[in-house]
Amino acid sequence: MALNLGCTAKPGKTRENKTGSWRVFKPEFIHENCTKCGMCKIVCPEGCILENEEDLPVPDYDYCKGCGLCAEECPAEAIEMKKEEK
Amino acid sequence: MTNGSCDLFESGHRACGGCAAALAAKLILEAAGEDTIVVSATGCMEVFSTPYPETAWKVPWIHSLFENNSAVASGVVASLKKQGRSSKVIAIGGDGATFDIGMLCISGAFERGHDFTYICYDNEAYMNTGIQRSGATPYDASTTTSPAGKCSFGNPRPKKDMPMILAAHGAPYIATASIAYPADLKKKVQKAINIPGPCYIQVHAPCCTGWGFEGEKTIAIGKLAIDTGLWVNYEMENGMVTRAKKVKRKPVEEYLKEQKRFRHLFKPRTNDEEIAKIQQIADRNAEKYGIDIVLKK
Amino acid sequence: MMDIMEGSHAVSRAVTFCRPEVIAAYPITPQTHIVEALAEIVANCELDADYITVESEFSALSACLGASAAGSRVYSATTSQGLALMFEVCFNVAGMRFPVIMSIVNRALGAPLSIWNDHQDSISLRDSGWMQFYSEDNQEATDLHYLAYKVAEDHRILLPSFVCFDGFILSHTYEPVDMLTQEQVDSYLPPFKPYHRLDVKDPISFGMFASPDYYQEFRYANDQALHKAKEVIADYGREFGEMFGRDYSGLVESYRLDDADTAIIALGSICGTVKDAIDEMRDAGKKVGLLKIRAFRPFPGKEIAKALQGVSRVAVLDKNISLGSKGAACLEVKDALYGSQIPVLGYVLGLGGRDIRKKDIAAIVNNAEKGIGDMFYGLREEELK
Repeated sequence: MALNLGCTAKPGKTRENKTGSWRVFKPEFIHENCTKCGMCKIVCPEGCILENEEDLPVPDYDYCKGCGLCAEECPAEAIEMKKEEK
Repeated sequence: MTNGSCDLFESGHRACGGCAAALAAKLILEAAGEDTIVVSATGCMEVFSTPYPETAWKVPWIHSLFENNSAVASGVVASLKKQGRSSKVIAIGGDGATFDIGMLCISGAFERGHDFTYICYDNEAYMNTGIQRSGATPYDASTTTSPAGKCSFGNPRPKKDMPMILAAHGAPYIATASIAYPADLKKKVQKAINIPGPCYIQVHAPCCTGWGFEGEKTIAIGKLAIDTGLWVNYEMENGMVTRAKKVKRKPVEEYLKEQKRFRHLFKPRTNDEEIAKIQQIADRNAEKYGIDIVLKK
Repeated sequence: MMDIMEGSHAVSRAVTFCRPEVIAAYPITPQTHIVEALAEIVANCELDADYITVESEFSALSACLGASAAGSRVYSATTSQGLALMFEVCFNVAGMRFPVIMSIVNRALGAPLSIWNDHQDSISLRDSGWMQFYSEDNQEATDLHYLAYKVAEDHRILLPSFVCFDGFILSHTYEPVDMLTQEQVDSYLPPFKPYHRLDVKDPISFGMFASPDYYQEFRYANDQALHKAKEVIADYGREFGEMFGRDYSGLVESYRLDDADTAIIALGSICGTVKDAIDEMRDAGKKVGLLKIRAFRPFPGKEIAKALQGVSRVAVLDKNISLGSKGAACLEVKDALYGSQIPVLGYVLGLGGRDIRKKDIAAIVNNAEKGIGDMFYGLREEELK
């Protein structure tokens, strides 16, 4: 790969770094309880909570580090952190 | 399926899980939008977001050095003005870059009145280099260069009042904010970038790694800081405090005991004298900014 | 058009004609006349630039970096302590490949504090990746700014450059200078076309951190660019000569060197004194010549070796000293002549503004002929007792 002059980069390559591999705990989303408040999306530092056709949150597990902020901040108890079996 | 909540700060960056600085970056860009140029100081946010060749930033972004993001931003603003370009310029730095080594540059830039916004993500120590004390480290916090020990209670100095210093420079708009209240932070960012002149926002960014708590508690800790009065969310316009978030105050112990950096105040036994001093700091904040909710009888 | 001008004013006029969009400057003796003149030029709308009165030299170069990154041609000037304060940013600007041009009005570095001329300031940054040009007189000081911008901004190079000229000796001295006109400079130096810039239409991240897997390759690329600059300097220097009658294609320039026994190597204004001394020595029958180094970075090692073929000895004059070792030019000339049998003798002189006269040059040549060298020349013995 050619070096970018002066150590620069265009956006996009961060997504090759799948930080989901860091995870110890995994958030399980319980859609039946979800009120679609959007809080999980707002507080995720990875920006990896997406929305499906019904506007329900769906995590992108490729990037989820399992920090648990979404579960902690969910007002509807719709997210549970479970130890991930690798 | 829609993309993540912020299209401008991409996943795959290398921040710790639960990192407030990462959350702050995402929220700032969500508020500012794509017509933004970011000038970043060296620090956690810079390092975890731009290891060559990966960059998490989808807006134009430049890092120069540790202390000079304000000076570099001054140059960017001058150049844009000369070229007739109207993009917003935001300089971002941690508390180390802002309160300490960057004092010279931020003072100069604010004194000259450049039209840019400076946002400090305040995690209250030099986190990137391993949790050393900064001018923003609160009283009695244990850091690697102000450790608690047999003859030390941790950091012996109170937090530098950076917002007041910049207000004295004539900044038209100054605000403190917290990642614990994302909507409030975003509103303040939008306000600041649209007020001409140098504006400053100091964002409380509790650091799970540096302060010693679980990543999932980042927002809860941020709320406790505000609820105890040790952090006040307020706005200043032309040097006068115009708004401050009111709280039903909790005793400072509730905040302190959740963090390893204050563990020495509770073990081997509770240090009532030092905790009282910290309570005094909270009480003074409450009085100064009028944050206590007074219930009418 | 010929005019008698103070060096600083000639340079500030030249800079004006180069049309920088952003100037960031902090005052320091003996650079002050430049920044003051430019401030007046901007205040009188003779130059459409944003003039930032920064709070330190560190901020001056940082602001230039920001403005260059955003797509503007920029300028600053400094010297001595100010340049030392910019140390960190100098490496940054070069590493990030921004074509910042900075006049260095050479002055000694403290301690002891000195406002007078020597070359320690710019020479001490020879590792930084900046190109370095040294001026013999105010004419060169003026012309080299046009050349520096053109070379620096060439997309094959994209490196910042110092244009050095001696503090007080040149900056505060009135000399005849043939000033070009704005139209002439415009015909030589086109508007700045950045290679890339901070632009919301094409977002790029600048100044990332490089792990051990990448860092060395970036440094290699920068080194290659500096070496490539020799060719580009020669081309644009020749073009300048064709357009305006003063050729700057040589990174070195010889004076009466063809049949010289002793070659003197020097940088900067001392070359004027050396030339006069050579004329006198030649009249008295001694074959002495001068090889002036005009570009110190990139270092013209091959050019020096070629020019010195046939001389019996080389006397290198250094207005700087790498304490604990030798003068910078002496060490690099020795390297350039490695393998040849020509003795190279170094003389550290003129430090902190110590005056150098024709008789000093003659004395140095005498020393060189006797093989006495690698010394501080002109020490006042009475102060050392």
